[in-house]
Amino acid sequence: MSAAAGDITARSTGRDPYRLGRGDGGHGVATGHGEGGPASPFVTVAYGFWIFLLSDIVMFSAFFAAYAVLVNATAGGPTGRELFDLTTVATQTGVLLTSTFTAGLAMLAAHRRAMLACQLWLLVTGVLGAAFLLLEIQEFVTMIGEGVGPTRSAFLSAFFALVGCHGTHVGLGLLWLGTMMAQLWVKGFRADIIRRLHCFSLFWHALDIIWVAIFSLVYLLGASS
Amino acid sequence: MSNNDTFEDEPPNHRDLAPGEELIAEHEPAGGLWGYVLGFGLAILLTAASFVAAQTDLIYQPAVISALVVLAIAQMGVHLVFFLHITTGPDNTNNVLALAFGVLIVALVVLGSIWIMANLNENLGHMSLHDAEMLP
Amino acid sequence: MLGKLDWSAIPFHEPIPLGAALVVFLAAVAVLGWITVKGYWSYLWNEWITSVDHKRIGVMYIVLAALMLLRGFIDAIMMRSQQVMAVHGPGYLPPEHYDQIFSAHGTIMIFFAGMPFVIGLMNFAVPLQLGIRDVAFPTLNSVSFWLTASGALLVNISLVVGEFARTGWLPYAPLSETTYSPGVGVDYYLWAIQISGVGTLLTGVNFVTTILKIRAPGMGYLRMPMFCWTSLAASLLIVAAFPVLTATLAMLTLDRYLGFHFFTNEAGGNQMMFVNLIWAWGHPEVYILVLPAFGIFSEIFSTFSSKPLFGYRSMVAATLFICIVSFMVWLHHFFTMGAGANVNAAFGIATSVIAVGTGVKIYNWLFTMYGGRVRFDTPMLWAMAFVTTFIIGGMTGVLLAVPPADFMLHNSLFLVAHFHNVIISGVLFGAFAGYTYWFPKAFGFRLHEGWGKAAFWATLAGYILVFAPLYIVGLKGMTRRLQHIEVDAWVPWLQIAAVGIVVMIAGAALQIVQLWVSIRDRESLRDETGDPWDGRSLEWSTPSPPPSFNYAHLPHVENEEPYWSIKQRAMEEQDPQEVEYEPIHMPRNSPTGFITAFFATLIGFALIWHIWWLAVAGFVGAYATFVVFAWRDRTEVEIPAEEVERIDRDSRATQLAWLRQRERVT
Repeated sequence: MSAAAGDITARSTGRDPYRLGRGDGGHGVATGHGEGGPASPFVTVAYGFWIFLLSDIVMFSAFFAAYAVLVNATAGGPTGRELFDLTTVATQTGVLLTSTFTAGLAMLAAHRRAMLACQLWLLVTGVLGAAFLLLEIQEFVTMIGEGVGPTRSAFLSAFFALVGCHGTHVGLGLLWLGTMMAQLWVKGFRADIIRRLHCFSLFWHALDIIWVAIFSLVYLLGASS
Repeated sequence: MSNNDTFEDEPPNHRDLAPGEELIAEHEPAGGLWGYVLGFGLAILLTAASFVAAQTDLIYQPAVISALVVLAIAQMGVHLVFFLHITTGPDNTNNVLALAFGVLIVALVVLGSIWIMANLNENLGHMSLHDAEMLP
Repeated sequence: MLGKLDWSAIPFHEPIPLGAALVVFLAAVAVLGWITVKGYWSYLWNEWITSVDHKRIGVMYIVLAALMLLRGFIDAIMMRSQQVMAVHGPGYLPPEHYDQIFSAHGTIMIFFAGMPFVIGLMNFAVPLQLGIRDVAFPTLNSVSFWLTASGALLVNISLVVGEFARTGWLPYAPLSETTYSPGVGVDYYLWAIQISGVGTLLTGVNFVTTILKIRAPGMGYLRMPMFCWTSLAASLLIVAAFPVLTATLAMLTLDRYLGFHFFTNEAGGNQMMFVNLIWAWGHPEVYILVLPAFGIFSEIFSTFSSKPLFGYRSMVAATLFICIVSFMVWLHHFFTMGAGANVNAAFGIATSVIAVGTGVKIYNWLFTMYGGRVRFDTPMLWAMAFVTTFIIGGMTGVLLAVPPADFMLHNSLFLVAHFHNVIISGVLFGAFAGYTYWFPKAFGFRLHEGWGKAAFWATLAGYILVFAPLYIVGLKGMTRRLQHIEVDAWVPWLQIAAVGIVVMIAGAALQIVQLWVSIRDRESLRDETGDPWDGRSLEWSTPSPPPSFNYAHLPHVENEEPYWSIKQRAMEEQDPQEVEYEPIHMPRNSPTGFITAFFATLIGFALIWHIWWLAVAGFVGAYATFVVFAWRDRTEVEIPAEEVERIDRDSRATQLAWLRQRERVT
């Protein structure tokens, strides 16, 4: 392990009367689980971010639950069937899905330490993400302009909150992406930068997974009911 | 954590895989690219299928919601396997367990809330403000 | 320019909050002045405020918790005294004020006393028990603490500038909507909880990762101390439940700020949805509070019975069982809302079932004591008081779990007595026990035992005197949160409760005296060996207080109770082999946590008072802080091998001498 032997994740190297075992303990030699000792920084950071992502998904599920309960509370206003424009939704879905694919390509380039390829694919990811966001903002602005904004009914409140929450996450992701691209350019493929890029890719893939739920259960279901 | 660790700290069979980490075999052509391409293609197909299910009469109308749910779960699975590299290997156990825990909580929150609220709404009606004002 | 903020926000015409604010202001000035005069600012900044050391952060959490516990306790004193004085009369607290007091009491006790105390103890002890040097994300740990402090600060500011919520500690709609709560009170609540909620969520992520991924070599899952298992379960619950709280309060915030209709009376809002979602968080929350306390008791029962914990594996199973089932019972908080018999029955059964997990734990603790050599030091007294009184609270809980019974008792003082019974005996006694137990490890000297026992007996007696009558008066039909009393039959019981609170005041005072005396007499209470209680887990193998790096060499673990084995083995081995030392890299201190919390407080205050430009500035500042932190090149500080060697040899010599002496004695 190239980490300095004395750091947080180090294993003991001196001979020591307080050391009881002779080797790495009984079964389970692997680090990061069982008896192998502390996991590497990369595994630790990625796992921590994974747990955070799961918490984020639980938060989305609360918004989904609220939407499911309030989907018929239209207060005499329009329903999803009347409001949703599926062409835009299809475009948004295609754009976000492609951006997830290009994020994966960026990670492959990072694995190869190919700086230009990595930055290029990250840029494409960002542009596609921005396009997604633009379409969504356009949809929201139009709806609000026509008087069917979130203040019209509980259904619309739930819709704007759920889809808006996803959009906010995309926006924050783009801010993060921009910061990462700058860092990557200035500092190169340093270990901590790679860990953060990896976390960004987890985040971006997870956002697309949530979008799958949104376009299926909000837009398509709403438009077909 | 130190900044100077290398990317792969040890031979992977001596440690767990990080979530989202992929073991790219040396001889694999284009280093992992085909996984992403395949996943991308499958996702496009499933997306198209969802749109078709919802917009055409191919599926028996009352079953559309089930079809959408199944297709959505399938596409989430595609994302998990091809983009997030979740596998069932023993070095992925922690990651899968965490995911399973998250899925359990989501199911409890969403399905539990729907069940509870459906019962509440049915028992307690839903008075409009006007109705409430008209009460004696 | 300043939004809704103007001079009318300061309660010049209300003597009680104004007086309280003045006292706090003077106390703060005195403390800050003393620090300045003594020149302690650079020490405080370098060693505590910017520290990312889990031990320091743990202590700071507990200091925050203790201060807020006092504030919440004062609220409780006001409530008890109001109820005993306002019989057929107005008492001394008008309703608008009384409502804020019981809302603040609950909010502060749960979010800013209970959670920080428990999280503080987790912070201090878990890495030491796991045989590692720090948590997985030390700077994030600091951010978590300071965000919690920021939330506490906002709640306290509401005493002086503006008002607090009048809705109770959970702001049910539509009372909490702008129609019925147009002031800033609910907004103070919302932003304080959201900000500290982020901190708590990050703690959950931190500890799940630490416990699952960073343990000493050889420490498999079933060799972890019980406190680490319960901390893991509580952290998993934090990760699972707090996002629901965040989302639900965000929906209420959207209603209040942007005119959404989640929970309003108009346009299709559904208030029952608020109750449903908030309790989906609220029930796991109480298990987040009590599970670490159970873990502390496991450590204490085994240490002070001089026996290994009985039934370790069943304890682990019970903990995980409680963790999962706690997410399946939340409807029991609103049986009476009208979901119907089927739903009520399902959740009633689940609620009764979850008691089985705790029952397993109680029996295991009792069997741990059986056949052991029991020592009645203060931590053990707290534990034994817990086990006896908690059983009553648990049983009243199972009683309340039966929906028809709950229809009679919902929102009565029986309920209030039940949850105070379980929370005080579980969480508070656990916190006090853990505080007494780990104090010597944290500071290098013990707490005075005599004053500790006095504080214990007074607190226990007072607590029984307060809450036993409340059970009775609840069965007699008294509703909670009453500002005045019109039923004479209740009065004698409320008077007994008022006497009880006076006894509890004595208990609290004695705790403070104990601390003061212990600091004054610390040389005579010095813990030389690092092991004042004859402990069984790894933290007792470190010196008191431990060096910043905890362990010069990470211990190799071979079984449960690794330190106990070390003690046994050390007696057999005569000559320690020559040991090599290497430099240790520890995470660098960082002001990120403090500065993030500064901007968070600014953002919260600005949003409460609708000072939009200030809120935007706060967000820009917070983002800038993030970028500065992300951009740093040096993240670690190296402790040279010579220094590690010097620190370690010192403590080893003392420890080995003590172990030899112990062998001669036993």
